[in-house]
Amino acid sequence: MSSEALIILIYILVLASFLGFELIAKVPPTLHTPLMSGSNAISGITIVGALLACNEMGYVTISKWLGMAALVLATINVVGGYTVTDRMLKMFKKK
Amino acid sequence: MSITIQIAYLVASILFVLGIKMMNKTKSARQGNRLSALGMLIAIIATLLQIQVISMVEIFGCIVLGSAIGLYYANKVEMTKMPEMVAIFNGFGGLASFTVALSDYFLRTTVQMESIELVTVISIIVSVFIGGLTFTGSIIAFLKLNGNISGSPITFKGQHPLNLVLFLSFLTAAVFNVMDQSDPILIIVLIVIALVLGVLTVIPIGGADMPVVISLLNSYSGMAACATGFILNNNVLIVAGSLVGASGIILTQIMCKAMNRSLINVLLGGFGQTTSGPAGDGPSITVKEVGVEETAMLFDSVSSVIVVPGYGMAVAQAQHVIRELMEQCEKRNIDFKFAIHPVAGRMPGHMNVLLAEANISYDKLIEMESINDDFQNTDLVLIVGANDVVNPAARNNPQSPIYGMPVLNADKARTVIVSKRSMGKGYAGVENELFGYPNCLMLFGDAKQTITKVVTEMKEM
Repeated sequence: MSSEALIILIYILVLASFLGFELIAKVPPTLHTPLMSGSNAISGITIVGALLACNEMGYVTISKWLGMAALVLATINVVGGYTVTDRMLKMFKKK
Repeated sequence: MSITIQIAYLVASILFVLGIKMMNKTKSARQGNRLSALGMLIAIIATLLQIQVISMVEIFGCIVLGSAIGLYYANKVEMTKMPEMVAIFNGFGGLASFTVALSDYFLRTTVQMESIELVTVISIIVSVFIGGLTFTGSIIAFLKLNGNISGSPITFKGQHPLNLVLFLSFLTAAVFNVMDQSDPILIIVLIVIALVLGVLTVIPIGGADMPVVISLLNSYSGMAACATGFILNNNVLIVAGSLVGASGIILTQIMCKAMNRSLINVLLGGFGQTTSGPAGDGPSITVKEVGVEETAMLFDSVSSVIVVPGYGMAVAQAQHVIRELMEQCEKRNIDFKFAIHPVAGRMPGHMNVLLAEANISYDKLIEMESINDDFQNTDLVLIVGANDVVNPAARNNPQSPIYGMPVLNADKARTVIVSKRSMGKGYAGVENELFGYPNCLMLFGDAKQTITKVVTEMKEM
């Protein structure tokens, strides 16, 4: 990785972190649990990394097995996380 | 990387940001969650399109398996078990990032036999550290919440020095690993230390501090994904990971503020233990008991009620019967509200979810700052399974370990009824002086059973 590419990644990291702070600070306590399980589902973005890892090499390497394990785990996180968040948010209604 | 996939990742990142933004209103939250899920789908499909067809069978197998497990548990889990669910999913997220980092490491060192450049190897080490710590830490949090291991702080002599030694050993092994990547022992040492540290950092933290731990672990799982983004030089992982990392930190801060404690204080563990002694075994207080008939009569005679829910309500699954109580009171034109302390329960906003599940409108749930002045003008306060968050000692006893923690002023109401199974102490292990107050009555028994009886009595009136 060139130092230029690294700097760009660090830019992204810093700006996204500030954005995250700003976005979450406005969420009311009522929604803290769904927010948390929703953001947990977003952290399952590692699924993209897992897909790339699965694809990397032949069938017998440890890398591929690890990639497949990561893929299963990240999918549970993503699918389960979004589903349970939706289930919770469905219940929040005004009378 | 092709321009198409870059654009897809950009769209996904925008959808994540919009999705979280829409989470700040109850009305738009559900749609926000769906937008974020759509972003995830776009990122996944774009990635799938650029990888080779040869491994598609395994990939789809893994996705189907993971989706089936995720869907099954997400649909089956009870709302009272939400903290456990979030804890375990956090753990999976952390473990996934950890595993991707290792996969990349082994690919480069054992298959491609190349020397990994400095930034990447450091990112791998960071991802292994945070991911591994998140995994075992979340498992311990899950086991504590689930009651498989004691929820009280587990501490032993030399715990903090041991953690420090382990951390320094990790740093040393990391430096050696950067210099010599061909030795697999070094990476194994790193893996083991990260996993052990996860266990050691969560076991000393008690049940009352779980909201802080859960949101901190949530933050870690985002940071692990972010570190993995640096390994793979992948923007969408960095954006999504840092959004989650930052969100978790903010929530952690809110929780710490609600308990008037610093994060360091929580992490070092043992709420109430550090200052134990006289506070723990002071003279026991005399309490007044009240029966269900009398409670029903009290409810029938008042004009305003505030309910303070706590973890005990979740354990007893009493939220539905409390809605029935609310209906009985509203029939009698009694003003009925809920006072929500930010750290009531075992995760941030836990009580709100349980009450929403019982079909209680969210505008009846009032936050601590907004409701604290109302207690003095309230006829009756019903405390269901909350303890530390209503302890007046936090206001007036400087000796108390929870002194300074913002609490609900439930004691200022004309009458207070405490629904509680026994005289056991709260998670902070502190005696609650409120129970001895002249205006306080104890309604002993399982909250669900006793309140059901109260509601039945009221229906007959």
